[in-house]
Amino acid sequence: MQAMLTLLSQYDVLGAFWVNIQLTLWSALFSLILGVVLVMMRISPIPSLRAFASGFVEFFKNMPLTIIMVFMLLGAFVQLRFQFSSTFSSNFYWLAITGLSLYTSVFVCESLRSGINTVPLGQAEAARSLGLGFFQTAGLIVLPQAFRGSVAPLGNTLIALLKNSTVAAACSVATETSTLMKTMIEYNASSIVAVFMIFAIGYVILIIPIGLLTTWLSNTLAVRR
Amino acid sequence: MTSATQTSVSTKPASDSDVLVELDHVEKYYGELHVLKDINLKVNKGEVLVIIGPSGSGKSTLCRTINRLELINSGDIRIDGKPLPQEGKELTKLRAKVGMVFQSFNLFAHKTILDNVTLAPRKVLGMSKADAEKEAMELLARVGVDSQANKLPAQLSGGQQQRVAIARSLAMHPKVMLFDEPTSALDPEMINEVLDVMVDLAKEGMTMIVVTHEMGFARQAADRVVFMADGEILEQGTPTEFFDNTKTDRAKDFLSKILTH
Repeated sequence: MQAMLTLLSQYDVLGAFWVNIQLTLWSALFSLILGVVLVMMRISPIPSLRAFASGFVEFFKNMPLTIIMVFMLLGAFVQLRFQFSSTFSSNFYWLAITGLSLYTSVFVCESLRSGINTVPLGQAEAARSLGLGFFQTAGLIVLPQAFRGSVAPLGNTLIALLKNSTVAAACSVATETSTLMKTMIEYNASSIVAVFMIFAIGYVILIIPIGLLTTWLSNTLAVRR
Repeated sequence: MTSATQTSVSTKPASDSDVLVELDHVEKYYGELHVLKDINLKVNKGEVLVIIGPSGSGKSTLCRTINRLELINSGDIRIDGKPLPQEGKELTKLRAKVGMVFQSFNLFAHKTILDNVTLAPRKVLGMSKADAEKEAMELLARVGVDSQANKLPAQLSGGQQQRVAIARSLAMHPKVMLFDEPTSALDPEMINEVLDVMVDLAKEGMTMIVVTHEMGFARQAADRVVFMADGEILEQGTPTEFFDNTKTDRAKDFLSKILTH
């Protein structure tokens, strides 16, 4: 305990967690947008859009996140000269968010699709028969119910995203938790257990509320049929 | 059994301008299964057409083809003289003019009763919220569920939900209403409250195509009864002609089975 307090006073642990939280929030936002676009493509009446979306989903779903992150660094940045910013650290930061967002968006898409499967076909038929177009039917009737039906899997995706944000280290984001943990272990070999405990407890503190919130939301928002 | 029984039986003189819905040599297959066989049917403005027949006879499918919830393989369907459009804006416009009431109500489960009724007028017709709500409340009062306006569909009985579904369709001022077995999912004591609303609608001159097993409704409200079996229209006529002077054996057999209880 004493060792943990000493370590906390020596290193900016909170700052490192804040970086992971930021990575998570940005990626959650972008992956939510991209995930909604993907799921709409997957239910659209146009076969080529459906095919593209399912190809995209299969590709990123089956790709290890580390490979995507290393690609963002060595492929997108070094080879393809893809740059968000001229300063290295903020460039890596946004490249990491891009990688995380691409990876997470397919899980958002799959979560929403499981939600869409809970919406009876008759809901869309009723909407179409009243003269609503595809986007109105999707946006006003199907997706709102799908979201309510997929709160739990979306929450799990968010939890996975927060933990995955540590893989940003593979994209050279040097200020986040796993990088800091490595540094701390290097210089405090005598208190490895304390270092582990700090990060383990930190993530548990962040993640348990997300779990509780999604369970509560999932019950509150559930559509009664 | 072909066009011989299908022309001339309409109760009203059929000048072409009176025809609202017209099906011409409509064929539909589900894979190998031939579900609609050479369907020819004309429905005049203000006419109440009741389609009856055994399960699997294609009557629901026929009903659903009229607003293109089911596609057909060949033939023509015309509403108000215009052929059914393909997917897109034209189709949504047409669907707005064709009301549909489903067996399973299909009220939007996440929206209140009032929102269910106002949604399409606001989003499709561009009505203001206030106007749409005023009209919705009138319609809900007409079907007797205005006191439930702020509840969610799941809080209402089946009969109430179906009456809301009728109000929701009426809010679009449809030219024709399709009813796909509207009372089949209801408890016996709720069937009448829905049928009463439908009878009132019929009296007010709404053009209706009703797929039902309610023979009482057919007798009371129909201008014409169409009997379908195995994807074909086998017989049609006024309720009196059909029920009291049934021509085909298939229809006699069907009626004997359902009327003995």
